[in-house]
Amino acid sequence: MEIISKIILPIFIIIIVFYGVKKKINVYDTFLEGAKEGLITTFNIFPAVIAMIFAINIFLDSNVLTFFIKLLHPLIGNISLPLEIIPMAILRPISGTASLAIMNEIFMNFGPDSFIGRLASVLQGCTDTTIYVIALYFGSIKITKIRHALWGGLFADLCGIIAAIILTNLFF
Amino acid sequence: MVGYIWAFLIGIGIIYSLISGNISVINESILTNANEALDLIFNLLPIIVLWTGILKIAENSGLLAKFANLLNPILCKLFPDVPKNNKALGYISSNIAANMLGLGSAATPAGLKAMNELQKINPQKDTASPPMITFLILNTAGVTIIPTTILALRVAYKSSSPSEIILPAIIATTISSIAGLTLDYFIRRRNKKWK
Repeated sequence: MEIISKIILPIFIIIIVFYGVKKKINVYDTFLEGAKEGLITTFNIFPAVIAMIFAINIFLDSNVLTFFIKLLHPLIGNISLPLEIIPMAILRPISGTASLAIMNEIFMNFGPDSFIGRLASVLQGCTDTTIYVIALYFGSIKITKIRHALWGGLFADLCGIIAAIILTNLFF
Repeated sequence: MVGYIWAFLIGIGIIYSLISGNISVINESILTNANEALDLIFNLLPIIVLWTGILKIAENSGLLAKFANLLNPILCKLFPDVPKNNKALGYISSNIAANMLGLGSAATPAGLKAMNELQKINPQKDTASPPMITFLILNTAGVTIIPTTILALRVAYKSSSPSEIILPAIIATTISSIAGLTLDYFIRRRNKKWK
């Protein structure tokens, strides 16, 4: 199983580069052009990253999360889930940067190869910013009655989260 | 929406630490946060730049379009209400293809064009049509094959095997897409019966 994860990236790269050469485009210049765009994109998201790291860190460092979990304890009981994953799962559909900031925090505290580090990686990889995308796409064509788009999308996310927890247990 | 949540996180964090007498921790956190953000950007930068370079080759050589064409027959089945040669299907497949490769910046314009085309064949202009909902559920389930930012961060934090999460992530995303589409299918069928 692990080998499949490891060969996906190299296989993609060889196919892309080989196809580019076959189609006689200047692969090197095209790469540079794309890389430059990537550089600009990354700098463009920097303000959002600062904003989100700032808010998330204040939230996490205040320990208010442990307080919330204690409140919820009679309701949810002893679910053997690391606490830090809960705000990440809640924020994932709303803001990709916010969940990225939490994942960064988790890697920093527990390392990427810990159970929660792997779970955070799979979680970040398996869902998208549902609420943001729905707001953007429907907003662009002025649709106000979105029917079951939102909760359909959130249902898919929930299934993704549950699948992520089960698969992380199975794989590692 | 994001604004409220942002304000909520800051507000609740500061108020709670004032009450619990933890304010010096927050003070330190505020002063060091921006540096952490800069570290994060620097950790992400190299792999994002590398991958957008590689993907530009895929885009300019026509490989991305070819990949999108492969998805077309499957998409026709998912969107029975959209005429087969409608432009929307092309945009939808480029959007999904770009998303799969982790090319978010190319996915969004294609997605917006797809919504535009779907709106042209929508009988009620203020209400989401069934194909729009199917498209958004498919899009937000987030089928990603190469999760570049995650790989970049795992490398930065010295994971012994950064890419080990690719396969479980692909399986999880497939499950969430199928779950979303199944739900959508049953809702559509039920709505048709009522008509």
